Amino acid sequence: MSNLKPLNRFQMAWRAAQDIQDGMLVNLGLGIPVLASDYLPAGRDVFIQSENGIIGAGPEAAADSADPDLVDAGSRRVTLRAGASIVNSADSFAMIRGGHIDVTILGCFEVAENGDMANWDSRVPDKGPLVGGAMDLAACARSVWVIMEHNTRGGGARLLRRCTLPLTAVSCVDRIYTDIAVLSVGASGFVVHEILDGMERDALQARTGAPIAFAPDCQPLVAPPIEVPG
Amino acid sequence: MAIDKRVASAAEALGGVADGAVVLLSGFGGAGFANVLVRALAEMPLRDLTLVVNSATHPLSQTHLLIERGMVRKVVCSAARGRGKELSVFEQLFKQGRIELECLPQGTLAEKIRAGGAGIPAFYTPVGFGTDLTKGRETRTYNGREHVLEEAITGDLALIRADRADRYGNLTFRFTQQNFGPSMATAAKLAVAEVRVAEDTPIAQPEVQLPGVYVDRFLVVD
Repeated sequence: MSNLKPLNRFQMAWRAAQDIQDGMLVNLGLGIPVLASDYLPAGRDVFIQSENGIIGAGPEAAADSADPDLVDAGSRRVTLRAGASIVNSADSFAMIRGGHIDVTILGCFEVAENGDMANWDSRVPDKGPLVGGAMDLAACARSVWVIMEHNTRGGGARLLRRCTLPLTAVSCVDRIYTDIAVLSVGASGFVVHEILDGMERDALQARTGAPIAFAPDCQPLVAPPIEVPG
Repeated sequence: MAIDKRVASAAEALGGVADGAVVLLSGFGGAGFANVLVRALAEMPLRDLTLVVNSATHPLSQTHLLIERGMVRKVVCSAARGRGKELSVFEQLFKQGRIELECLPQGTLAEKIRAGGAGIPAFYTPVGFGTDLTKGRETRTYNGREHVLEEAITGDLALIRADRADRYGNLTFRFTQQNFGPSMATAAKLAVAEVRVAEDTPIAQPEVQLPGVYVDRFLVVD
């Protein structure tokens, strides 16, 4: 094994955040994706949509000003940005289903080379299902980006020819940000746009469960140091 | 007689609810749960309820009271997972086959309720196509894309939480308190709101977020 250092989850969120453009309406999933809002490039003017109806969610509220009636999709007590508005759930999902969300960034278990996505059911015995808004977002956002570790804890591939876990939506994923690569899903499968600085291409292929192609302008993946708290 | 939808007690608010009722419960993430009314409902000798609620297990809701007292036959929701490794009351009953579950994508749940209140019996949506949640469903292709048929939800009772009410039942909501409340009120035969404040004068028109025609009764809670 090499001593290459993969991105931590904050650096993965940072990397995805760099691709969010001015004026976008963005929905961030629970877990790593929601961290991306902390790493937007300075001055970028973006509205964060939360599935419970916020258009223009701001950072998490300070403890002394948190309002229990102002929460985001993860039940966090949040703030509003300037220009924010709030709608009810039916209207929020009309916004999502209607294709008005420019980008959703979601956590994920598996992506297939045709863009199929599995992110809602990891088959934990006896635990009840929890789908929330994942299927609506994956099926209907204009662009679907995924942030996830490239491999499972046991070293298994998460990028596959076909998903093994229950699907969230078919042929929906556009981009994947992992701890060792940035990829897109093209007409003929996974295309690598960035590979961890210093990593051999064969090593990336060996950790991927489907054939990968490399974009002509493939770059090294680098991120600034960000400490993982405690 | 002049319209006045305010009621004096939870018992009056819930009068007429019967066994087998389909009950729509608003709330998301701690905002908009009608917890006073739900606690009162849990004290009634009711059986075979169907709950339509976004989460069957949210720790800030009181939905679990209805479930653990054996009042619920079926839950229709988008989330039924308890936090942590311990199984929630819902999960224990579901494992034992003592409660039914229909799990839906959240937007499909919201739209089924909206459609129920809007006189649309069913609709096609691309959400959920090709997944386990829509197996066996009727499908149809529009604009080159597969859609699944989803049927509307209507209910016997909706319990929603709002901020202010006037005697006509007009409601305002604080921030994300509205979530499922407005559409649930439109889809239920009896819509009951719990509110923080009853206004003595009519709420000014631009502030009304749910017209009182959809609200049958409201109860002021502290």
